[in-house]
Amino acid sequence: MLAWTIYISFLGALALMLLPKGFVRAARVLALLVAVAGFAVTVAGFVEQQSGGLVTVARVAWVPALGIEYHLASDGISLTLLLLTGIVAITGILFSWNVEHRAKEFFAFYLTLIGGVYGVFLSFDLLLLFVFYEIAIIPKYFLIAIWGSTRREYAAMKLALYSFVGSAMVLIGLIAAYVVAGSRTMDLVRLAQFPFPVPFQMWAFPLVFVGFGILAGLWPFHTWAPTGHVAAPTAASMLLAGVVMKLGAYGCLRVAMALFPRGLDAWGFHVLGFGSWRDVFALLALVGILYGAMVALVQKDFKFVIGYSSVSHMGFVLLGLMTLQQIGLDGAVLQMFSHGVLAGLLFAVVGRMVYDRTHTRDLAALEMMHLGKVIPFAAATFVLASMASIGLPGFSGFVAELQVLIGAWRSFPLFAVVAGLGVVIGIAYTWRAMQKAFFGGTTQAVETTAHPFPPISIPERIGAAILLAASITIGLYPQLLLRVIIPALHSPMFDGLWKGSAR
Amino acid sequence: MNMLPPISFLTALPLVGAAVVLIFGARNSRLARGLALAFAFFALAVVLVLWHRFDPAFGGLQFEEVHAWIPSLGVEYHVGADGLSLLMLMLSAIIVPMAMAASRQIEERASLYFSLVLMLEAGLFGTFTALNFFHWFLFWELSLIPAFFLIRLWGGPQRATAATQFFIYTMAGSVALLLAFLAIFLCTGKFDFIDLAEMARNGQLLPALANGLAWHRFTAEKVALVLCFGAFLGFAVKVPLVPLHTWLPAAYAEAPTGTTMLLTGTMSKMGVYGFLRVLLPIFCVQLRSARTPLLWLAVATIVLSAYAALAQRDLKRIFAYSSINHLGYCMLGIFSILRFTGNDPTLTTEKAAALSGVFLQMFNHGLTAATLFWFVALLEKRSGGLRGLNDFGGLRRVAPAFCGLMGIALFSSLGLPGLNGFVGEFLIFKGVFPLATWAAVVSVLGLLLTAIFLLTILQRVFSGPLPGKWSRMPDLTTGERLALLPALVLMFVLGVYPQLILGVVNSTVVQFVQQLKF
Repeated sequence: MLAWTIYISFLGALALMLLPKGFVRAARVLALLVAVAGFAVTVAGFVEQQSGGLVTVARVAWVPALGIEYHLASDGISLTLLLLTGIVAITGILFSWNVEHRAKEFFAFYLTLIGGVYGVFLSFDLLLLFVFYEIAIIPKYFLIAIWGSTRREYAAMKLALYSFVGSAMVLIGLIAAYVVAGSRTMDLVRLAQFPFPVPFQMWAFPLVFVGFGILAGLWPFHTWAPTGHVAAPTAASMLLAGVVMKLGAYGCLRVAMALFPRGLDAWGFHVLGFGSWRDVFALLALVGILYGAMVALVQKDFKFVIGYSSVSHMGFVLLGLMTLQQIGLDGAVLQMFSHGVLAGLLFAVVGRMVYDRTHTRDLAALEMMHLGKVIPFAAATFVLASMASIGLPGFSGFVAELQVLIGAWRSFPLFAVVAGLGVVIGIAYTWRAMQKAFFGGTTQAVETTAHPFPPISIPERIGAAILLAASITIGLYPQLLLRVIIPALHSPMFDGLWKGSAR
Repeated sequence: MNMLPPISFLTALPLVGAAVVLIFGARNSRLARGLALAFAFFALAVVLVLWHRFDPAFGGLQFEEVHAWIPSLGVEYHVGADGLSLLMLMLSAIIVPMAMAASRQIEERASLYFSLVLMLEAGLFGTFTALNFFHWFLFWELSLIPAFFLIRLWGGPQRATAATQFFIYTMAGSVALLLAFLAIFLCTGKFDFIDLAEMARNGQLLPALANGLAWHRFTAEKVALVLCFGAFLGFAVKVPLVPLHTWLPAAYAEAPTGTTMLLTGTMSKMGVYGFLRVLLPIFCVQLRSARTPLLWLAVATIVLSAYAALAQRDLKRIFAYSSINHLGYCMLGIFSILRFTGNDPTLTTEKAAALSGVFLQMFNHGLTAATLFWFVALLEKRSGGLRGLNDFGGLRRVAPAFCGLMGIALFSSLGLPGLNGFVGEFLIFKGVFPLATWAAVVSVLGLLLTAIFLLTILQRVFSGPLPGKWSRMPDLTTGERLALLPALVLMFVLGVYPQLILGVVNSTVVQFVQQLKF
């Protein structure tokens, strides 16, 4: 049944293209219905699947001669990310309710992107996964290049180029794995159990990991992310930061780490203090956390603050993966969900609620507008979202980052301490942005009627409420997702990882 | 009530109230205040029921609820109340409606104001009953955020600085506290206060720390000391102890007066409560090894804050420093019982006396300080915002009821026998004198200075020549008198019959003293 998430999205995109010109309202409603239907299917699948283990959804031979199958399946990790995709898709449409310019095409590209993302999370055949992964890149380019703002052509091209370089690296690794394993199957589960020679894993692992890592904002390949997020229209930033970055992290875990677990082993010698790829990537993740946070601290553009904060928060995901501890990996998957929801919310506030009204994102200019009084709903939403983002207990960020930090402590104590420092810088930049954007310059009395902004609309309110509710639900009851994530991480697919980590 | 888990119900009640006020009170500020007051009184009623159903003979935890929550993190939903928790619940439930009544002048965004106050109340209830670090910390922070916005959005001219300073201090303290408990969790796998205290008593905590964190010459004892210090910072900022108090005068002075009542009446008690519930049982040995410096800190808090109050000209700042001074007595009492007494039964009795005094003082200070700030609010309303010591004079001629009633509160704060303030301080000094004689002797200086600055207020504000501009100052209205009456009556009742509180907390005190093992 879960396969319908993909089909519904693509069919919806097709239907939108066929819609006559000028039916803007109908296009919106149709897109929303499609997104809601996709989410409903996911929820049904989530409820149905009790254990979180691997469940095959569809399996048909595709190119039998090459051992390629159309193989869709889901486990707890996919389900978590499918839920995230559904939530962000729905709210993204709610926050694009004011798109008038070529609305039909906008939503068609949007739904294509969603369909591709659903496809990646459900594919258990490497070639299929790669196909969906590529499908997701194309609409991203157009969404930014056509509907974007600041330096949109540059940002769109940069994003596309980075993505393609990453895909090329992934493709090389995957084909090599296919050939080394005897050119019989592309099935992810079977390949994960194939004992690849260690020297092969030693070069294939970093290749594929970096290939996917580019999309996850792995420092120093993250530079597409802030520019892309800033240039994209609100809904696309929400998807980019909320879901597309998770594609990268998901690929790192599902493909790179599951196929080549021995690639994480010690090299047997030390270069500059590094003893394995694991050390290298853990350090890169850590640098990402700190660098993203520190750069966010000095941004003048409100949206860039959020853009760099995404790099910082995704660093926690990658650090969690590199801990190779049960609790660290749980935390990494939970953080993917948490950051997806929160980044979506933050971009919605900045891009839709603030920018679409004030037409500026310059913090110094916003400071003069007393937005805390003019659009109190946006201020309240941003306050809650930033509380969640800095990891206040009760919100999803706390549980997720806490688990990552505990895992990191067990594997790299020093890194955990430094990552903790990243959290503190996180408080500082969020605080600064909040103060400047919403509560700035209130020392003298102000004439609030000078800025007749349109009030916050109903779709915006609903969207904000959905995202906040998701974060608080998971923050207060993380067991809801952990229940399926933990068994998924213990499925046979990740056996190599646990055996390796026992070394 | 019999069906519902009482403590969860009590904690959820203000949260529901906050949502209701925010939704239905948006148009009408009177309605918002009415609704908020209704919820606050409902919560007070629930606390009264709990007080009634509490079994005073059994000092341990009652009304306990335990539910599995996040097994992978060792987190359980665990709440319960002993005499101390119950006393603090009662105090919060009394102060919150008082603070709402004193916030009558809030017109701008009143629904948000009152819903933040209710959220703060939920944070207080949660903090005083949670027994697992995870959700205890959640409530601890939940009370910080509304307090920040109450100051930030409705405060005086310097509110931005004051609110930021308040936030940064308390946040830094919270981060230290959080890190300490994360480290403990890494070593023991436990977040539960009761379990951790049990481990500390049985001597299992140090070996666990030795396994998890000790490193070369950084022995388990040193690790424990560092963790103890981290947790100490979190609580000491909140109380506050000198030299971590500098955020307080600005925050108290700039906050709208209703909020100041909450800050001083209830939130400062969170710090003291943390010392008693968390630090003392878990880090007993470590605290004991630092007993002398800690006593110095308490003495410095008492004397220096009283001295600083002498130099202030703003009534709110005077009471802010006086508040630090009064909480200093609580800290003095707590640190004095850390003395190793072996099996000497006399000194054990003294410890119980000091601790009973601390409990009483927590309640009494909350009540008295909140009432005093309320009077300042009433004065500000009449003077158009003026509240300097030298702005007034001779008010007793035009506003005799105001001066008389505020005089009662002032004398209660001063510790006049027959009023509530006396009993707590007396018991603390009675206990501290044999346990830490020098500290008690030096602290008496604080009592003396307090008397001086409180009497100065009486002299400068109530007596002396009446400036012409105040000759038409209206006295208290009947409504205001009625609203103030319960608090003042309670001051007399507790002054004459402290058994009302002591009877309930006595077995808890005895248990606390017995469980101190060095």
